[in-house]
Amino acid sequence: MKPARKQRLMLIGLMVIGAGLATGFALKSFNENLMYFFSTTDVVEGKAPKDTLFRLGGMVIKGSVERPNDGLMVRFKLTDFSKDVTVEYTGILPDLFREGQGIVAHGKLNAQGVFIAEEVLAKHDENYMPPEVKDSLKNKSAPVTGQKS
Amino acid sequence: MFLIPDPVVRFFHRMASPPHFYAFTERLMPWLVVIFLLLTAAGLYGGLYLAPADYQQGDSYRIIYIHVPSAWMSLFIYMVMAVAGAIGLVWRIKLAEIVAISSAPVGASFTFIALVTGSLWGKPMWGTWWVWDARLTSELILLFLYLGVIGLYGAIDDKRTASRAVAILALVGVVNIPIIHYSVEWWNTLHQGPTVTKMDKPSIHVSMLIPLLLMAVAFKFYYLIAMLQRARTELLLRERNAQWVKNMISESK
Repeated sequence: MKPARKQRLMLIGLMVIGAGLATGFALKSFNENLMYFFSTTDVVEGKAPKDTLFRLGGMVIKGSVERPNDGLMVRFKLTDFSKDVTVEYTGILPDLFREGQGIVAHGKLNAQGVFIAEEVLAKHDENYMPPEVKDSLKNKSAPVTGQKS
Repeated sequence: MFLIPDPVVRFFHRMASPPHFYAFTERLMPWLVVIFLLLTAAGLYGGLYLAPADYQQGDSYRIIYIHVPSAWMSLFIYMVMAVAGAIGLVWRIKLAEIVAISSAPVGASFTFIALVTGSLWGKPMWGTWWVWDARLTSELILLFLYLGVIGLYGAIDDKRTASRAVAILALVGVVNIPIIHYSVEWWNTLHQGPTVTKMDKPSIHVSMLIPLLLMAVAFKFYYLIAMLQRARTELLLRERNAQWVKNMISESK
């Protein structure tokens, strides 16, 4: 390779590495802000903000969904398989909302430590399969496939 | 060049010659179109008709047969554009510059399609059209990078200078590619994790996976068709004073 070309190739390499490093450091320092939601453990340990709106993500615990006043208000528990948080929400839930499904709620904590949600979004997992396969998995009593949240 | 077999090297040397490229792509085009049509027909038939409904989403999941291949293409085309741009910068090969700039509008379109189809799916499934999570935001930045490349190229009159400027912009933007891919693993996002492009076994049933892969290959061919057509036009425009173009035009008269 001719020296001039070699030099240009090196310059390009350095430029890409430099840009990569700069972006890497910037993202690392903003890491907290780039998290779309807090986990339930964060909330229980008090890492989530008080008195301001934030997002809480977790899996809806099976059998925890109830409608106390027979109205639109729903109460359910979210978990990240270590700590639980109770959530209350008044409104229409998305299609994918169901027990055992990951969701992200936007709202804030009240004085009792209950999360009052203003918006509930369903988090889809990365699994796609026909209903028959799901049924046969259930019969084999396989655990629910990995939730990332 | 010791690692690459001789015939391949000779092929690329010949392709770097404008008249040869022009003639070769002309002969190649019908084949590409036929393969693209066959793959698309097979992929759509498999995806929309043969593949079963999903256990949770029912039929709504079928948008992945457009959304996922488009999103893959948006990353793939960006890498082609950046590598072609780098080759143009280092070796000053005119055709590499042309391939780089011809890829940009195609990549931008695929990025746009990925964003729009994702949004259409997100409203019923997530409950929102758009969220500012890491995956969606970085994909939107990718769209802006493509638009920036197109805009910058158009803003500079000397096309060889423009190609160099565009290549540098594209190369700096390469950092965004791993960010898009790994965003769902590095951060909490509303967007789900990878289904197919991971080290593990794909978490999609094989009857749904095959049409998806067919569509992904079909989209690759569509990209080749669209990019080569743009490249041929761009080549004629740049070489309009060259003897081979004049000969070709006088022959066709």
